[in-house]
Amino acid sequence: MQISEAWLRSYINPAISTEELVGQLTMAGLEVDSVTPAAAQFSGVVVGVVVAMQQHPDADRLRVCEVDVGAQETLQIVCGASNVRGGLKIPAALCGAVLPGDFKIKKSKLRGVESFGMLCSEKELGLAADAQGLMELAADAPVGVDIREYLSLDDTIIEVDLTPNRADCLCVEGLAREVAVLNNADWQQPEAYVSPIGHQDSLTVAVEATDACPRYLGRLITGVNAKAQTPLWMQERLRRSGLRSLGPLVDVTNYVLLELGQPLHVFDAEKLAGGITVRWAKADEPLSLLNGQTIKLDPEALVIADDKQALALAGIMGGSDSAVSDETTNVFLECAFFSPQAIAGKARRFGLHTDSSHRFERGVDATLQVRAIERASQLILELAGGTVGPITEVTTTATLPQRQAVTLRRQRIQKTLGVVLDDELVTGIFHRLGMQVLATAEGWNITPPGFRFDIAIEADLIEELARIYGYNKLPTSRLLMRSELSPATESVLDIERVKDLLVDKGYQEAITYSFVDEDIQKAIAPDTAVIRLKNPISSELAVMRTTLWCGLIKAALYNTHRQHSRVRLFETGLRFLNEGGNTQQQKMLAGLVLGSAYNEQWGEPTRKVDFFDVKADLQALFTLTGCTVSYVAAQHTALHPGQTAELTDAEGQSIGWIGMLHPDLEKQLGFDTQVFLFELDQNLLLKKRIPAFKPLSKYPSVRRDLALIVKEDVLASGLISCIEDSAGSCLKNVTVFDIYRGKGVEAGSKSVALSLIMQDDTQTLTDPEVDAIVSRLLNQLTNKMNAKLRD
Amino acid sequence: MSATLEEILAQALQELAAVNDLNQFDKVRVHYLGKKGLFTLQMKELGNLDPEQRRSAGQVINTAKDQFQQQLDSCKVRLETVALAERLAAERIDVSLPGRGLSVAGLHPVTTTLRRISKIFASVGFNVVEGPEIEDDYHNFEALNIPSSHPARAMHDTFYFDAHTLLRTHTSPVQIRVMESGQPPFKVIAPGRVYRCDSDITHTPMFHQVEGFLVDTDVSFADLKGVVYEFLRAFFEKDIQVRFRPSYFPFTEPSAEVDIECVMCNGQGCRVCSHTGWLEVMGCGMVHPEVFRSVNIDSERYSGFAFGMGVERLAMLRYGINDLRLFFENDLKFLEQFN
Repeated sequence: MQISEAWLRSYINPAISTEELVGQLTMAGLEVDSVTPAAAQFSGVVVGVVVAMQQHPDADRLRVCEVDVGAQETLQIVCGASNVRGGLKIPAALCGAVLPGDFKIKKSKLRGVESFGMLCSEKELGLAADAQGLMELAADAPVGVDIREYLSLDDTIIEVDLTPNRADCLCVEGLAREVAVLNNADWQQPEAYVSPIGHQDSLTVAVEATDACPRYLGRLITGVNAKAQTPLWMQERLRRSGLRSLGPLVDVTNYVLLELGQPLHVFDAEKLAGGITVRWAKADEPLSLLNGQTIKLDPEALVIADDKQALALAGIMGGSDSAVSDETTNVFLECAFFSPQAIAGKARRFGLHTDSSHRFERGVDATLQVRAIERASQLILELAGGTVGPITEVTTTATLPQRQAVTLRRQRIQKTLGVVLDDELVTGIFHRLGMQVLATAEGWNITPPGFRFDIAIEADLIEELARIYGYNKLPTSRLLMRSELSPATESVLDIERVKDLLVDKGYQEAITYSFVDEDIQKAIAPDTAVIRLKNPISSELAVMRTTLWCGLIKAALYNTHRQHSRVRLFETGLRFLNEGGNTQQQKMLAGLVLGSAYNEQWGEPTRKVDFFDVKADLQALFTLTGCTVSYVAAQHTALHPGQTAELTDAEGQSIGWIGMLHPDLEKQLGFDTQVFLFELDQNLLLKKRIPAFKPLSKYPSVRRDLALIVKEDVLASGLISCIEDSAGSCLKNVTVFDIYRGKGVEAGSKSVALSLIMQDDTQTLTDPEVDAIVSRLLNQLTNKMNAKLRD
Repeated sequence: MSATLEEILAQALQELAAVNDLNQFDKVRVHYLGKKGLFTLQMKELGNLDPEQRRSAGQVINTAKDQFQQQLDSCKVRLETVALAERLAAERIDVSLPGRGLSVAGLHPVTTTLRRISKIFASVGFNVVEGPEIEDDYHNFEALNIPSSHPARAMHDTFYFDAHTLLRTHTSPVQIRVMESGQPPFKVIAPGRVYRCDSDITHTPMFHQVEGFLVDTDVSFADLKGVVYEFLRAFFEKDIQVRFRPSYFPFTEPSAEVDIECVMCNGQGCRVCSHTGWLEVMGCGMVHPEVFRSVNIDSERYSGFAFGMGVERLAMLRYGINDLRLFFENDLKFLEQFN
């Protein structure tokens, strides 16, 4: 909410600067967002009156005016505005004046006629973005007075960003109350206004929805002049709160809203059919709103209706059918209390947010309605004339919010704030806040005023106390707390260690959005059901990722499009699976590698990264956990059918995947090189084996090398497990140290060279013993793997 | 015989002087001192002499032999020195060339920031707990004292899946999850991703928060102030000014916004702090009795505080990053600056 500082100071004017005032509000929890001058800088402009006027001899559109500016002699000023006329009071810029934009006014000649100044529009004074013709001042404007003084332009606009609990400060009076409390100053609420009743006409008011509308006041005001001009002072106050003048009737309701925080509405009484009913809307009932929008209502919308139709969305916006216009002469003025529950969320449902709904959904003082309708009546009479009828009031006391006394215990203040506050200080603060304070043995019973509907429990009172006392004056303690030893879990590896390893292996950590482009998601996992956002920010961020590859691929493309030919990325985070309607949120680790194996360098030949480079990185990860992992050749829709492995743990559970992006996808997604991907389930990846000591053998080990010729489709892992199965406990290690194809090995076969390390824990192995083991192995290898020993 | 020995010695020394490498050196050594070497033969011939002559002749031969051996040793040293010098020269490299192999990359600045935050709190015994990102309405709002009609919901532009399921808008639901499944005391921080349906220069639809809370029998606002003060000083490694401003969150009361003296201009006023000299860095407050009630904790017996901070915001201030959107573009040129 924004408000004129001068208006605020008309209620309470402590001897502090604007900066101090703003600081006080901010530190009291009423955060000031901005402070701007009410008008641009200009000088030398006074109230003038056109005393005589004649046509310019040489220009059709120019007039030569004699203007009284309060000096001894009138000034001759040439003016081109269409609304210039004799007797009009206008802002006159004198010679030497400086207008906004550093525009200096000098004596000049316009088509041969001398001009000693300039008559100004609102635009030229920086008061409006646009203007048609001169700014017309009121007939009683004092000639010769500086326009800044006359319009009180030496003012600032204070914008306060109020939290939802402080709706009581959504008006000048509310802010004034706070300023008074903060400065320990006396503040008197202005006297209640009562307009004399001039006629006895009224409309019947029936409130059906008494829960939603505990209080409804209305009155007829007849014979108003809707064409009357809103006085400048009111226009200016409205303008400084960001509201345009829309004629006296609407201006008055807006003004009272800003002044007291009570939204009001005026209906054109001639357009109403019968009495007023406050009721829930019927299904599909139409309503044309003031903003031109036509909405279809439902039974959750509260409306003000006449005998024929819904007239207004209660507390939110009026309807166009019953709106006041220039022709309006009789009005029905509404001033109600709608309960926050009835209004909250309703405006948003229809895509609306109005000054009225903003206040009603946060809460309006339920005791304010009589005062507000009287104040509005008084102002309408003042501005537009007319006579007021009696107020029709329908109040359902049972549903009206009651301000209950709240108990505050002395001991609780200390427990919450960590400080003992003097009783006198406590009661003083609550008195200043307008609360009734009743001492009890343990503390106080405190009844908040009607406008403090946010005070309902003890904690609310303690917050008020802290707020006024000053958060920064409250003590600060050094934390001394019970501490417990935290367990040092060893069976689960810390993911941070894994991240560090990948970083050390040249992977850059990425963080990508959890919602992704459905096209990429579909391309990678066409058969996986997704979880879809109901209100995505764009189609590119519409579904929850079922694999971290979506984001990594996008990030990689972002970089390859920016001259990076080598990319190594990893990411940790959740993937979101839709398993038959159940949401699974699984912690994953994924990586993407493309380009050369090493950065281009003098000491290593340049070569493309391949499957085994990436596999080595994964093997390093599993070295950290010490767990056995199998890499099983498998098929994945996103990956190359010949370069894909599924990782499984000792129990055969799938830990994840490694492989080359399928060449079709590589092309479709816009890569121009091979891309390798991996993704692992963190829960399974991080299972750590706790080491168990085995005694060291005192006897020497023996190495034997075997070169086996096998068919191409025989897997290294098959050979190794065949050897491990038949070698017995002496075998300590098997390593593949060469793969050979070519001369001496027939096409379709390969030679696999393996080294075997054997060692016994109880004796030195003799050559015959080793030979026996090897020949047993070879037998098995020949039988099971069709392997031949290479000559 | 003497003459012959002299000739042999002279010849030997001459040949030795001409030696240029260890190969030649060995030949010369064997030629004179080997089993069939000339000096060896001389010694063997001693046997043919009278025992009386044998002694003096032997002495003469030994003297000559020693003389040669001496020269031999020094020749060897000379050759080895030369050989070493040659090897050293041959093995000279350009040490200014870069090392070989993989280079190390780095963590995302958000991760680095999260780690620092976690480390600071872990040092006083806070446990790190994570929660789901797809949340239900109850944990994200209802249990935190934000009923469906609450105006505060408008401040959380929420991504929904259906009427009850959403992407968490803050890390506060972890508070509820921890408290409903355990007994006080609690000393927890909960870092993680959060989501708001908002995207412009200063908002990304996903960002990170760290929620922290402490619940025990005697926790006061003074404790909250102490923790926040000390955390901010530890995080910025500077004795910065901190101030608490009354604010409003449905799940805490009293509630506060925490401002620090602007780290860009040291509180002098600049564009980053909108010329106020202060920067808002976190929200906090005492756990609201309604929140305790929803997790069945007796608010008469226990009290607690909670705080929440934006990780990107802290990372931006710490490292001087001027555009939030950079965090999620994953441009290597950006990421590598934090390696």
